[in-house]
Amino acid sequence: MIRYLLPLAAFIILAVFLLVGLNLNPRKVPSPLIGKPAPVFKLQQLHEPEKILESKDNLGKVWLLNVWASWCASCRDEHPLLVQLAKSDVVPIYGLNYKDKRDLAIQWLEQLGDPYTKSVMDTEGRVGIEYGVYGVPETYVIDKSGIIQYKQIGPVTVDVLEKTILPLVKELQG
Amino acid sequence: MNLKLFLKIIRNYGGLTTAWLQTLSCKRQVVFLLFILIVSPFSWAKEALPVAENPEIEKRMIALSEELRCLVCQNESLAGSRSDFAKDIRREIREQLIANKSDKEITDFLVARYGDFVLYRPPVRTNTMLLWFGPFIFLLIGACVLIFYLKQRRKSLQESPLSNDQLKQAETLLKKSSDGDST
Repeated sequence: MIRYLLPLAAFIILAVFLLVGLNLNPRKVPSPLIGKPAPVFKLQQLHEPEKILESKDNLGKVWLLNVWASWCASCRDEHPLLVQLAKSDVVPIYGLNYKDKRDLAIQWLEQLGDPYTKSVMDTEGRVGIEYGVYGVPETYVIDKSGIIQYKQIGPVTVDVLEKTILPLVKELQG
Repeated sequence: MNLKLFLKIIRNYGGLTTAWLQTLSCKRQVVFLLFILIVSPFSWAKEALPVAENPEIEKRMIALSEELRCLVCQNESLAGSRSDFAKDIRREIREQLIANKSDKEITDFLVARYGDFVLYRPPVRTNTMLLWFGPFIFLLIGACVLIFYLKQRRKSLQESPLSNDQLKQAETLLKKSSDGDST
């Protein structure tokens, strides 16, 4: 009996492992930046390039950093949700316009609405490297002392927003 | 090749150009086609790639980026990928090499931002123990099973001496058959 059961058991164990492996998302790479200070930046603002925004200006408040670009299709998907979130006035969203052209970015915001408290330009993607950006859109939740508490790779969905981001923001603001 | 045949092929090849070509004399057609042949390589020109100012740096950059995973196209190395992401990281590596950073400093820089996942060779940590030593554990288990099996097999193959009763039985059986033969 054991002669037949043993291979069957081995097969089932292997199948379970493979099944779990199939359902894992290879894009979900844990960011080593969570729990670490958000990299500092000093960038020109999108609408008023003569003005500079520094990351340290945001110390003392909880904020979201949303990395986006006009060439990025899934940014378009998440955009209405961000506009809605901005209207609710729960948490300020700062936009990091990643490797984009200024006029295209401004046009994009005029067309689809501008959810950002302020937007900055990272034309060469250098700040993007500092933040470990590799798939736009990405969204960071940064706390009052400038520590990254959460990173969303890919578009923010209603589910993620309601179950993860908003509760976290409330907790951090509290 | 026959010149006329060559011209015929060329004539049949394009649309408008051929119609125009046919209005020219044979000699002019040849001159025109030669001109096209000479000029066309220039139209293949693309945007110039950034020139490696320092081949030494470039060599080190490629060696380093071959060991690193491109996060956008995960089955390619940073050296082999043509994605924008890989280009940016290569630029970053190049700049850091020029700034006299060591290979380890640069990989540490990237690991700090993108995690161990950028490395094709994961470091030995508590959560990668199974990855590194798992195969050896399986090898060990396999070896144990094999040894156990072989020992069992040897035992089962060993000739066990016949007991007295069995000997007697065998003898009587042999006797019987030999008796049978003689009759």
